[in-house]
Amino acid sequence: MDYVLQFGPVFQRFDLIWSGLLMTVQLSIVAIVAGFVIGVVFARMRTEGGAVARGIAAVYVETIRNTPFLAQLFMVTFGIPQFIALLGMPIRPAPYWLAIIALSVNLGAYITEIVRAGIDAIPRPQVEAAESLALTPTQIFLRIKLPPALAKVFPALTSQFILQMLGSSIVSVIAVQELTSAAGRIQSETFRTFETYLVVTALYFGLAFLLRAILVSIAAYAWPWRRRSAN
Amino acid sequence: MRTFGFPEIVFLIEAAQWTIYLSLLTFGMGGLVGFVIAMARVSRHRVLRAVSSAYVQLFQNTPLLMQLFIVYFGLSLLGFRLPAIVAAGLALTFFASAFLGDIWRGSIEAVPRQQFEAADALALTPWQSFRHVILPQAIRLATPPTVGFFVQIVKNTSLTSIVGMTELMRGAAMMNNATMAPMNVYAIVCLIYFVICFPLSVLSRKLESRLNVGR
Repeated sequence: MDYVLQFGPVFQRFDLIWSGLLMTVQLSIVAIVAGFVIGVVFARMRTEGGAVARGIAAVYVETIRNTPFLAQLFMVTFGIPQFIALLGMPIRPAPYWLAIIALSVNLGAYITEIVRAGIDAIPRPQVEAAESLALTPTQIFLRIKLPPALAKVFPALTSQFILQMLGSSIVSVIAVQELTSAAGRIQSETFRTFETYLVVTALYFGLAFLLRAILVSIAAYAWPWRRRSAN
Repeated sequence: MRTFGFPEIVFLIEAAQWTIYLSLLTFGMGGLVGFVIAMARVSRHRVLRAVSSAYVQLFQNTPLLMQLFIVYFGLSLLGFRLPAIVAAGLALTFFASAFLGDIWRGSIEAVPRQQFEAADALALTPWQSFRHVILPQAIRLATPPTVGFFVQIVKNTSLTSIVGMTELMRGAAMMNNATMAPMNVYAIVCLIYFVICFPLSVLSRKLESRLNVGR
C-alpha cells in the first residue's frame, strides 16, 4: 500500500466543515427540544389519556420505533410538499424544515417511551397524596409525576439525545448542509475521501462527548442529590 | 413510466430479502465480536478492559453512516475491490458488536455477586463458574434487550443503501425513479419494515415482563 494520508487539503476547506458543524449543532438542539416536548405530551396521553388518546400515542410510538429513520425522512420529504400543494398553498418547504420535522417526530416517539417508563415507576401513593390535596390533573402531571420521572430516566434520555445527534448525519441525503454534507462536498473537491471522513468522524465524536458533558451537568444542577448515581 | 401496482410491491418484498440476510449476517458477526468485547469488558486484565471500553466508546459515539463511509472508502484505499455487502457487513459488525458487547456486559454484571462467590466456594475454576453458573443467568437477563437490539439492526441496515448495497431502501429508490410515486413506494417500504420489526419488539417486551414476574 503506497497511499499517503494527507489532511492538508481537508483543513483548507475548514470553512465548510465549520458551517456544517454549526448546522449539525443547530439541527440537534432544535430536534432535541421539540422531540422532548412531543415526548412529554405523548407520554401524558399514553399514561392518563382516554382510550382514543392512548391508542393514538401507541400507534405513533410503534410506527416510528419499528421503521427506519431514513424511510421516515423520505416520507416527510415527499409527503409534506404534496400535502401543502393539496391545500393549495404556494410554499415549498426547505430541506432544513423537513429535516427538523423528521428528526423531531422520530425522537419524540423514543422520548415518549422513556418518559412513560419513568412515570410508571412512580409510587402510586405519591399520586394519591397529590389527589387528596385537590391538585388538578395537569398540576399533578407537571409537579408530582414529571420531575421524579425525568430524574429517574435522565441517563436513558441522555443516550437517546446523543444517538439522535449522531443520527442527524442521515439528513445529508436530502441536501441539508450539515456536517456530513460538508464532508461529501469536501471529498468531491479534494479527492481526499478517507481523510475527510476521518476528520468529520472525529468531530462527531467530540460533539457526542460535549453533548454528554452538558447533559450530565444539567442533571447535576437539577438533581444535586443524585450526583453520585448520575452515571 | 411504470405505474405502481402489484409487481412493484413484489419487487420491494424481494428486495427486503436482502435486508433480512444482511440483518442476520450482522447479528451473527456482531454477536461473535460482541461476545468477545463483553468478555474483555468484565476481564481481570486492565489492558483488555481499557481496549474493549475504548472500542465501545468509539463506535457508540460516532454516526453509523460515517463508519460505513470509512470502511467503504478505507477498504478501497487498501486496494480491495470488494462487493458492497462486505463493506456494509463489516461496518455493521463493528456497530452491532459495540452495542451488543455493552448490553451483554451489563447482563453479566447484573448477576448477583453472591453467585460468583458461591461458585468460587464450590471450587469451580473461573471458566467453569462462568460457563455453568454465571452465563445461564446472564443469558436470561440479556435476551429481551438483545431481541430489542435486533430491531435496531434491521432498521440500521437501511443506511447501507447510501453506500450502494442493494436492499429494501435501495430497491425503494429504484422503484421511486421508475414509477415517480414516492408516497406509495415509501408507505409500502415502511409497512415491510414494520412487519419485520414489530413482532420482534413485542417479543422483546413479552420476554422482559416474563423476566420481571420471575423475580
